[in-house]
Amino acid sequence: MKYGEKPQLIKENGTRLDGRRPEDPRPIYMEVGVLENADGSAFVSFGKTRVLAAVYGPREPIQKYMVLPDRAVLRVRYHMAPFSTGERKSPAPSRREIELSKVIREALEPVVITELYPRTMIDLFIEVLQADGGTRTTGATAASLALADAGIALKDLVAGVAIGKINGVLVVDIDEAEDMYGEADMPVAMAMRLGLITLLQLNGVLTKEEFAQAMEMAKTTLERVSEMQRKTLLEKYSSVLQV
Amino acid sequence: MSFTPFRIPIVPQLKKNMILSIIEKGLRIDERKLEDIRPIKIITGYLDKAEGSAYVELGKTKVIAGVKVEVGEPFRDMPDLGVLTVHAEFVPLASPSFEPGPPDENAIELSRVIDRSFRELGAVELEKLAIIPGKKVWIVWVDLYIIDHDGNLLDASMLAALTALKMAMIPGYTIEGDNVVIDRESSSGVLPLKEEAVYVHIAKIGNYLVVDPSLDEEVVADSRIAFSISRNGRIAGIQKMGQGGMSIEEITKAMELAISVAPKYFNAVDSVLNKEENKG
Repeated sequence: MKYGEKPQLIKENGTRLDGRRPEDPRPIYMEVGVLENADGSAFVSFGKTRVLAAVYGPREPIQKYMVLPDRAVLRVRYHMAPFSTGERKSPAPSRREIELSKVIREALEPVVITELYPRTMIDLFIEVLQADGGTRTTGATAASLALADAGIALKDLVAGVAIGKINGVLVVDIDEAEDMYGEADMPVAMAMRLGLITLLQLNGVLTKEEFAQAMEMAKTTLERVSEMQRKTLLEKYSSVLQV
Repeated sequence: MSFTPFRIPIVPQLKKNMILSIIEKGLRIDERKLEDIRPIKIITGYLDKAEGSAYVELGKTKVIAGVKVEVGEPFRDMPDLGVLTVHAEFVPLASPSFEPGPPDENAIELSRVIDRSFRELGAVELEKLAIIPGKKVWIVWVDLYIIDHDGNLLDASMLAALTALKMAMIPGYTIEGDNVVIDRESSSGVLPLKEEAVYVHIAKIGNYLVVDPSLDEEVVADSRIAFSISRNGRIAGIQKMGQGGMSIEEITKAMELAISVAPKYFNAVDSVLNKEENKG
């Protein structure tokens, strides 16, 4: 598709390009413990968006000054693989990746009980294997699973999804085409049990009524995503308990 | 790579209980009410060599914005559009916590958050900035220079960027074949703007929301959120920041607060620009 040829993102029967209704997320898949070396790991996909996350730590920080006397330092890297995008992405960290590493770290800080691991560092590495919209929210979802898989004390899991506005309609879990040609992209991540929004950005323009509706749609979807996270962890660890 | 800040100023941390106990009485350490912004001072045309510029003080926070307009090539997928780029430098003279070197995650976040808001609103009419369509367009650089940091760099930077863009002129030029020769001594008109926005940054301290946090308030805040608000009260950008979270109710309250505070920022810009017009 060339610039200027904006596709009709909502068809006449009200469905989206891939046949979803506005409130439908893409098929979601989650798995934990997918890597051997990492202390905890997870793979999460929302449709064609695929993300791997791994946790190392709590461990001694590489540089001794990077410590806090009363809690752990969280170090997060969000990174896109060179083959994850249409045009090859340079592996060097972009300004976007630097910002998103911060935004994802701040989405997870509220749930990690870092006070239990003073003077240590917890490393969290997120690799986007394939990008088709919603990579930061998929990343945050995978990262919280990897933290749980590493046995790190958490107050809650964090689940994320991006709400969009396309052809004037608010929709759940936008893909790349909907992000590129849509009017707004609003990534949201929540710690459901705590009732806290831990990540919120808006790229686009919304009225306050649309904003309220988008938040409501995010919450409804994230209740399902967070339930899936819980089941994914239970599936792995309840069988361990039975042995 | 993003780290939990490990070089946090200790004094404001110790002040947290004091800050909170005053807020519970409906006041703040600098005697503002919770929804009050600090005094604003704006100087337009602060620099002669920039095509547009502004100096902004928001309380003790000081920011300079310089707009430079250069000739460049358009993006391949948008051959007929000019380009707007926002860049922020947290120069080390502004704060003991700023280090020399390339922009850190805070500077990158600030510039991208401002950039996105202008872009999504279509603030600058990029379609009017093509010189030779497909080949040469105007590139508008907004460079933000933080020179004194006393909190809420975002609102101050946005005010500076908006004022500088409103003041900006496009240099005169002549076309020679495929080349554009700039003559900065003359002008070919004002930079076309069609939408405007300001950021309103709100901190959550305990169970209270305070507008335009000072540095001490930012450091002790549980969480922070900023809303970009357009002239007609639409939301043109959001960024949640800081180590904590907020409930949906708190975020909704913060949004209402941001919409009600935004006109104060617009008034500050308008009153300075009106004075400027009367002068000239």
